[in-house]
Amino acid sequence: MARSRQLAPGVSRFSRSQVASRRGLYKGLKKSKDSNAEETPAFKEVTVGGEKNGSTRLVPTSKAPRFYPAEDVRQPKKSRKSPKPTKLRSSITPGSVLILLAGRFRGKRVVFLKQLESGLLLVTGPYKINGVPLRRVNQAYVIATSTKVDLEGLKVDAKINDAYFAKTATKGSVSAEAEFFSEGKPKEKEPFPEAKSADQKELDKAIVAAIQKQENLTKYLKASFGLSKGQFPHQMAF
Amino acid sequence: MSQSNFKRFVEVGRVVLLKSGPYAGKVAVIAEIIDHNRAIIDGPTTGVPRQAFPYRHLTLTPLALKGLPRGAGSGVVKKQLEKEATITKWENSSWAKKRAAMETRRSLNDFQRFTVMLLKKQRRDVVRKALAKATKA
Repeated sequence: MARSRQLAPGVSRFSRSQVASRRGLYKGLKKSKDSNAEETPAFKEVTVGGEKNGSTRLVPTSKAPRFYPAEDVRQPKKSRKSPKPTKLRSSITPGSVLILLAGRFRGKRVVFLKQLESGLLLVTGPYKINGVPLRRVNQAYVIATSTKVDLEGLKVDAKINDAYFAKTATKGSVSAEAEFFSEGKPKEKEPFPEAKSADQKELDKAIVAAIQKQENLTKYLKASFGLSKGQFPHQMAF
Repeated sequence: MSQSNFKRFVEVGRVVLLKSGPYAGKVAVIAEIIDHNRAIIDGPTTGVPRQAFPYRHLTLTPLALKGLPRGAGSGVVKKQLEKEATITKWENSSWAKKRAAMETRRSLNDFQRFTVMLLKKQRRDVVRKALAKATKA
């Protein structure tokens, strides 16, 4: 809705007051319409009495308002833009070893499995080797290394998607007291869902087998990444 | 006249190491001296084309071609380099070897660096044990 094009960077064609009058805010603020509303038929048939009235009559479902707004309300333009899917960095392919840079597993080396619908990367430690569970990470917080684990023929179950990682919604607000204590004692920690740990084990089995084929790779994944004196990441090859 | 302590001179036939530009790290020979800032260098066997090169962007090496005439063309320089086997002499020098080793270390990827660390640990272990045994005896 840029009515004021820029003559030069920082210099607009119209002044602030000119833009304001062009935007026509004095006519009232625009409101967008809900496009998902259900359509109701415009007329309905009603039986009427009286012999000269015919037997039925079409009556509008919603009565025409007795008043109409004196001011016109402008319809906002519908946006036809939609977000593009996230592009996967070309250096990341299934089986790539990644170095995590943020979060509680920062510094860990993990195996990349696939990119999820949301654009996040699905990675696993594997859990048995370095304690990193199946996890989603943003590729911005990752260093891709040229080391690859051969994941030929590995099938990641379709049920492991973005919804799999979503937290279960809690209804209503719970007081802090009720959240952490029950009967005056600290609440027991909720155990990790067994189904998820079974999924982890199932998936890791094949990956661990592939890792063990390569010498020292297990030790490599177990160790965390760090920079020592004189090492600068932009000058290093990964 | 007393003996000079200097051994490396800017002279025709001097083998030089280039420090900057697209041929940085390569070795060439001075074919002709232009002035006190630049010389014509040539490296027909090392992939350096004949060009004028400032002294401040090159380093003199202890090697020099003995029988190179002043202003020799690429063909003569090549012949002379092969005759005196200067490039193999350079490659066998500890200077060139150290440079090559550094280059290799820099090009290692993360996993290879980790493997080097493991091997160094192993070596350290062997040395430490041998030393302990030797000092005990």
